[in-house]
Amino acid sequence: MRLIAAMSGGVDSAVAAALAVEAGHDVTGVHLALSQHRQQLRSGSRGCCSVEDADDARRVADELGIPFYVWDMADRFAEDVVDDFVAEYAAGRTPNPCLRCNEKIKFAAVLDRAQALGFDAVVTGHHARLVDGELRRSVDAAKDQSYVLGVLTRRQLAGALFPLGEMTKERVREIAAERGYAVATKPDSHDICFIPDGDTRGFLDRRLGAAPGPVVDAATGATVGEHQGTHGFTIGQRKGLGVTVGDQRPRYVLGIEPVSRTVTIGTADQAGVDEVLTGTPSWTGPVPELPFPAVVQLRAHGASVPCTVSAREGAAGLRIELHDQQRGVAPGQSAVLYAPDAERGDRVLGQAAVSLAGSRAVAG
Amino acid sequence: MTYLDHAATTPMIPEAVAAMTEQLARVGNASSLHASGRGARRTAEQSRERLAEALGARPSEVLFTGGGTESDNLAVKGLFWARRDADPRRTRIVVSPAEHHAVLDSVEWLVEHDGAEVTWLDVSPTGEVTTQALAEALGDGTDVAVASVMWANNEIGAVSDLASLAVVAHAVGVPLHTDAVQAVGQVPVDFAASGVDALTMTGHKLGGPMGAGLLVLRRDAECTPLLHGGGQERDVRSGTLDVAAIVGLAVATTRAVADRVERTARVAALRDRLVAGVVARVPDVQLNGPALDAVVAGGPGRLPGNAHLSFPGAEGDALLMLLDAKGIECSTGSACSAGVARPSHVLLATGAEPDRARSSLRFSLGHTSTEADVDAVLDVVGPVVERARRAGLGRRSA
Repeated sequence: MRLIAAMSGGVDSAVAAALAVEAGHDVTGVHLALSQHRQQLRSGSRGCCSVEDADDARRVADELGIPFYVWDMADRFAEDVVDDFVAEYAAGRTPNPCLRCNEKIKFAAVLDRAQALGFDAVVTGHHARLVDGELRRSVDAAKDQSYVLGVLTRRQLAGALFPLGEMTKERVREIAAERGYAVATKPDSHDICFIPDGDTRGFLDRRLGAAPGPVVDAATGATVGEHQGTHGFTIGQRKGLGVTVGDQRPRYVLGIEPVSRTVTIGTADQAGVDEVLTGTPSWTGPVPELPFPAVVQLRAHGASVPCTVSAREGAAGLRIELHDQQRGVAPGQSAVLYAPDAERGDRVLGQAAVSLAGSRAVAG
Repeated sequence: MTYLDHAATTPMIPEAVAAMTEQLARVGNASSLHASGRGARRTAEQSRERLAEALGARPSEVLFTGGGTESDNLAVKGLFWARRDADPRRTRIVVSPAEHHAVLDSVEWLVEHDGAEVTWLDVSPTGEVTTQALAEALGDGTDVAVASVMWANNEIGAVSDLASLAVVAHAVGVPLHTDAVQAVGQVPVDFAASGVDALTMTGHKLGGPMGAGLLVLRRDAECTPLLHGGGQERDVRSGTLDVAAIVGLAVATTRAVADRVERTARVAALRDRLVAGVVARVPDVQLNGPALDAVVAGGPGRLPGNAHLSFPGAEGDALLMLLDAKGIECSTGSACSAGVARPSHVLLATGAEPDRARSSLRFSLGHTSTEADVDAVLDVVGPVVERARRAGLGRRSA
């Protein structure tokens, strides 16, 4: 096949490109320039968008003897990922920008351009299995990235290759070291690539400005403090609330209401939810018949929770009954649905964005 | 492989490779006082004399540098500093926005760090700087430290009339620097006859080695050094002379100037056939820069090997990638250090729309180009442009 290898400059995408070349594919390396203002050097383990990262990617491509180009996707990224991220926080939700980037950039803008230019598919270093069009968790549970790929459709998956799903991260680093790539020991990137200093609240403060509002105790309805902007909070958050309530028990964010700028907090027993209502779902394959049993993951690196998925009354979304109570189910995050499969890896069925989470006991 | 990127770098001529190889095997620092040093110095000075003769300069005006970027930095910063030191009112730099980044970024550095102000020259729609534009920008010249206008543009091939521009600059007492990296060996360049005060050139654009260049600097031009040390090169550019590179530079330059007329006639004929063939296959293609047969000051008004074309609806980097896959090597013009293709600042300076700048491609032919190279492009250009346009259609404008 003629493939575009999306090369961030990290070890995973380097090894994915190498494996694609060694499998006999005709591979062209592409580094995505996602920022208008690129830093010369990488700072710590954050981000993947410095000139140094592009050079790391180029170094591997040159070693593989494959063509390498930088594609400028900065405008698309700013619009579809960064602006969306800010708008979601402004609306009191908690977005996942990596998922959005996969949905709108890597497996949309990049894949479309690749196919228009005569390529068959895009190969990336994501840790997930993709066999016969079925997307499954990586064998390396700790590095599994199927959650942020759960948004891909059947058509998008048909244009994707994930060669790393059958191996551990440790093995990926070994392969890189065996081939003499300097990126073999490069630190894993984490956090949000467009917030290189890791200070999400500071980034949102700069974009959204200060917008003070009350912090309200759910039990009493009393205002117990003031905050500088609802964008500094996410549902289930425990640290950094900036208030103490009399009994000293830990408090969690239960609700964010952006219009009145009210942040509601409560105790652990108030924070549990067992019913999630979502927006319109997307499916990785055939649309399943409702209702059906599944397991659901409600945030990146979150637990897998057994559930029953049915139609949401009066709306196009889903109603997901959780069989165990969960804390920290934030609107804006994706509920990614899996069919359990211990042997071949849990299979991703699809996902839908959380719009509301609550307790059946209370709601009923 | 079809190499059509001679403006980026062109193959070394075998005579230059041979002369350099011979010199590399010899010991000797041209600054040493013993026989080996004298031998090296003699070789370097012979090369300096040959270069001076080829360029219409005096040997004492020929200063060896590490290449075009260094020469541009030295001229812009060195002339600015010396002129401002002589009269603190001189803080203004007059420069064309179509210059190479070695000039532009030097100017911007002086603006950001050293209190310089810049006046951008108007550039004609085909890329030249006119005497009228320069006269207007200079005013009475009392506050101007230095002006810089490139002899021939690296992207769109436009040649300016430096002799006339020098008259205008000197009328108000302002020194004029010119980046002639693309011009030497392509169009007639005579330093003394042009009247310019400083001229940048480099070896690897005309069949010599990389990392070897010149600043030709009039004897009466004051230039503050960037590099301090052993006091070589009139105390303007310290550093041990790279005698082998200097020999290669001299051999290549002498040859390029001597065979210019015959060689450029052949290259221009190939270029004209390339452009005509592309027009026949892609009728809405746009030629950027001067007409192919333009004349400036009695010589070519466009670099003979330059074909800079815009393909509406296609992106330059997609075209480059598709041609690269077919073994055809050309350029989109500017790329930043990370390799991101940017809309050409030169085309933007001529007033072109950003879409036209983004859809452009530069083919540059040179001394090794052949009819087969032209045929290779014409064989594939139609389908390549068609495919790039399909990919371009999905692009959402930001």
